Amino acid sequence: MGARLLARDFRAGELRVMALSIVLAVASFTTVAFFADRVKSALTQEASQLLGADLVVVSDRPIGDDVRSAATRLARATTETVRFPSMVSAGDASLLVEIKAISTGYPLAGRLRIAGADGTAVDRRAGPPSGKVWLDERAMARLGVGIGAQLAVGEKTFLVSGRTAEDPEAAIGFLNMMPRLLLDAGDLEATKLIQPGSRVTYRLMLAGTPERLGAFREAVWKGIGPGQRLEDVRDARPEIRSALERAERFLGLASLLSVVLAAVAVALAARRYAQRHVDNCAVLRALGASRAYTVAVHAWQIGLVGLVAGCAGAAIGFGAQAGLASLLAPIVQVPLPLPGIEPALQGIAAGFVMLLGFALPPLAALGRVPALRVLRRDVGMPAGISWAGYAAGFGAVAALVYWHTRDARMASIVLGGIVAAGVVSGLVAAVLVRVAAAAGRRAGFAWRFGLANLSRRTVATVVQVVALGVGLLALMLLSITRGDLLDSWRQSLPPDAPNRFLVNIQPDQAEAVQAFLATEGLTQAKLFPMVRARLTDINGKKISSASFTEDRARRLVDREFNLSWSERPQVDNVIEQGEWWSGPKPAGQFSMEKGIADSLGIRVGDVLGYDVAGQRLEAPVTSLRKVEWDSFRVNFFVVSPPGLLETYPATYVTSFHLPTERSAVMDQLVKRFPNLLVIDVAAILQQVQLMMGHVVRAVEYLFLFSLLAGLLVLFAALQSTHDERLREAAILRTLGAASRQIAKAHAAEFLLVGTLAGIFAALGASGIGLLLAREVLNVPYTVGAGVWIVGILAGAIGVLVAGQLGTRQAVHVSPVEALRRG
Amino acid sequence: MTKQVGTGDSVLTILDAVSFDIAEGESVAVVGASGSGKTTLLGLLAGLDLPSAGEVTLAGQGLNALDEDGRAALRGATVGFVFQSFQLLASLTALENVMLPLELAGHAEPRATAMELLRRVGLEARVQHYPRQLSGGEQQRVAIARAFSGPPRILFADEPTGNLDAATGREIADLMFDLNRERGTTLILVTHDEGLSHRCARRLRLAGGRLIADERDRAAA
Ligand SMILES: Nc1ncnc2c1ncn2[C@@H]1O[C@H](COP(=O)(O)OP(=O)(O)O)[C@@H](O)[C@H]1O
Ligand SMILES: [Mg+2]
Repeated sequence: MGARLLARDFRAGELRVMALSIVLAVASFTTVAFFADRVKSALTQEASQLLGADLVVVSDRPIGDDVRSAATRLARATTETVRFPSMVSAGDASLLVEIKAISTGYPLAGRLRIAGADGTAVDRRAGPPSGKVWLDERAMARLGVGIGAQLAVGEKTFLVSGRTAEDPEAAIGFLNMMPRLLLDAGDLEATKLIQPGSRVTYRLMLAGTPERLGAFREAVWKGIGPGQRLEDVRDARPEIRSALERAERFLGLASLLSVVLAAVAVALAARRYAQRHVDNCAVLRALGASRAYTVAVHAWQIGLVGLVAGCAGAAIGFGAQAGLASLLAPIVQVPLPLPGIEPALQGIAAGFVMLLGFALPPLAALGRVPALRVLRRDVGMPAGISWAGYAAGFGAVAALVYWHTRDARMASIVLGGIVAAGVVSGLVAAVLVRVAAAAGRRAGFAWRFGLANLSRRTVATVVQVVALGVGLLALMLLSITRGDLLDSWRQSLPPDAPNRFLVNIQPDQAEAVQAFLATEGLTQAKLFPMVRARLTDINGKKISSASFTEDRARRLVDREFNLSWSERPQVDNVIEQGEWWSGPKPAGQFSMEKGIADSLGIRVGDVLGYDVAGQRLEAPVTSLRKVEWDSFRVNFFVVSPPGLLETYPATYVTSFHLPTERSAVMDQLVKRFPNLLVIDVAAILQQVQLMMGHVVRAVEYLFLFSLLAGLLVLFAALQSTHDERLREAAILRTLGAASRQIAKAHAAEFLLVGTLAGIFAALGASGIGLLLAREVLNVPYTVGAGVWIVGILAGAIGVLVAGQLGTRQAVHVSPVEALRRG
Repeated sequence: MTKQVGTGDSVLTILDAVSFDIAEGESVAVVGASGSGKTTLLGLLAGLDLPSAGEVTLAGQGLNALDEDGRAALRGATVGFVFQSFQLLASLTALENVMLPLELAGHAEPRATAMELLRRVGLEARVQHYPRQLSGGEQQRVAIARAFSGPPRILFADEPTGNLDAATGREIADLMFDLNRERGTTLILVTHDEGLSHRCARRLRLAGGRLIADERDRAAA
């Protein structure tokens, strides 16, 4: 029975509309998911170039054979480095440098670029030849040597044969970075520098697929002891990490909106499908079919269509993203890895969830079609909407959105915003439509008829306004609001963001350094004190890295913290919990960065015990802060009020923006204060900005697909009233209406619907934009007037034009239809 | 005239060389079995559709010379319709449905005329109700009021009682014939109900798309 109905329905063309909207919905969804998947992996790759590998085992003793063999077994490639600080000398000059012994294969990601005597830099994938070393520019400047000089390293003399222009790992841990010397691991032995007690770091670097590296993590996890840790791109650098997280959020936002749009389109298509099957159902019921059977016959059809359409959509999505990726190849410079199968499954599942959620309620209503309809045309679809059904559908889509974004906060803000906008706009639209219809009673035929149409079908009109509003909202969120949000984000890292850090400023130099910077016009440079301390206990309980299971927490405990003091919080800090101190003499207390507090399980009220240069320091945590690490301002995990730390040995640190053409200033500075360490973060900054650029592009391209989904909503909305329009137009034609009059009546209708949808979309987009900016992206954001102007104009004109195009058939319908249609 | 439609690759002749005249003021029933082409004929007579061959002259105007909007204007000015399935606009109240042809024609006092007609069909208490809130019989009364609002020179009715029970059908038929007589309208009524057809002075019999008989009552002849 189902099969025959299906074949007949397909021939009759009724299911095609439904199938098409699911194909389109799943296609746009999977295109977004596929592409997001690839861009996401590409961005991760880009970040892993900073790390020099996908995963690094860091150890303070030689790495064991078990770990090594697991690495060779599971990783695509491995290489090892050995790093330690040591003095080197050239003639009279000597300098403390970090020596890094590298082997063949290094780096596994990113670029090692070495400049020769002629200044041209070439890419390398191994250390220098035996007997030779490469120095970075700072080491050369400090030692006063160039390429060709002799350098004593431990008990061996080397020839300086190149200048390190780029080294992936250089960006890591820049606060402690020393000038660096690269040599081949084979030459290490001869220097006799590695002795018991030397501070050596062994790094085993791995490259490979996320799955296999995950397996490696599993395999070696148990064997990781104190002084050892795993590092990947996520904990490589806080600023990269937060940039990646933001990238994921933007991409997530783009795909989330297509989910919502697709759901709206499916809901509209399903409503139409149900309306067109009322007669079928009445006949089935009259012939004795049970309710369940009546629903099942149609659900079976829709399910099959859903499966086929879902697979077709996923295939189209795959093709579309491949085309897109090749189109984008010059822009997305990183080679895109092949997408996984997951997006396809997600897409098909999404199609089904949408069907279940939004096609089932109107289908279920089909079961309640009275058999009497076969006799009396005027009894039809049971009145009212199955809110419980739609609520379940919404729940399913919400779960899907959460599964897709894995970000409950983001999902709930966007979905909540859309629902709130939908409910409010629904109520307001209902009132406005009635008011307009009452007002329009005195207007001409076209207005009166158009408005009467709207007000009579209040529920359908509200559905249309809300659906179009949501579609427009999504488009606006992605176009205008997205632009504004991205601008705000870019401005959070303006062109004059600090690009130099100055560390190791001694207390007695502070004033002189400050004065020097002031005379050079670098007035933004504020000096922050910094005291090194080790966290020893929380609430009186001794802690060590063994007390924590999380990698990051272990590492944090292993390391010395930099404590600082300040009267006021750093400008980019937001107090999330507790309160920042005030008053003239605040008691001893700490304000802690939220992320680190979460990692260590520290809450407001906990008492922290520190070891500062052998002395004990104890104070409670009174606030948790959120820090913008990618602002490149000087920030500290732990800050106290003035008066607690001044007695301990401190150094000072500052950051400022130095225009490229003035880099000579730093040479003078270092000449006057030779112990200062200048860190150039311009390269890191560039990397982060490049990544932002890619994210912006990726989102823009994803936006194209959401635009298609939005048009689909418009199409479905017009389709849902198409049959009724045809019938009405035919009647009007028999009564002598000219096509112009019918077109005018439609225009009145579309103008009002479009304007209302535009108003609600603008309202929703600015509201959600504000929330996202504040709650998720942490950027300041002000709603521009553009949202309103564009929203209302786009709504009114867009719906008017699309509506006129979509109803051309109705305007020119043959009046004979009035005789034929029931 | 002849009406043919293409169905796939074959051509179906629905009306085959049918020819007749109807004088002003006549009441004519078109009768025949289901599928004999009655509705098609009505559509052609009212200018809702054009014949494949031949010509229809409605109120002195050849329809082939007019475009669809021209025919719509002619319909608005001269023709009224009553359909089997009522065909009221769901978005308009009973009153607004009756006002519609008047408004389309730019009538000066649509409301008063429409109220008067609704009173005549006995629905003065239901003028603000929507079609949904009315029974089938009541909806057909509204449709009749609408059909006479023009006022039309010719009234076309396609199985006007087909969707109604016998008693209601009789009431509706009485109403229609009464109004027709009062206003001196030409009536063309499609029906397969012999009883109903005999209330007309003339019967055109269709079978398989051909006009097989043209009966006139002596009294009217
Ligand atoms: N557009 C069309 N395409 C194909 N066949 C049609 C079309 N319109 C009418 N017919 C056929 O023409 C015949 C006459 O139809 P109709 O005029 O509705 O008959 P009646 O009103 O007498 O029942 C029927 O067999 C019908 O199926
Ligand atoms: Mg018929």
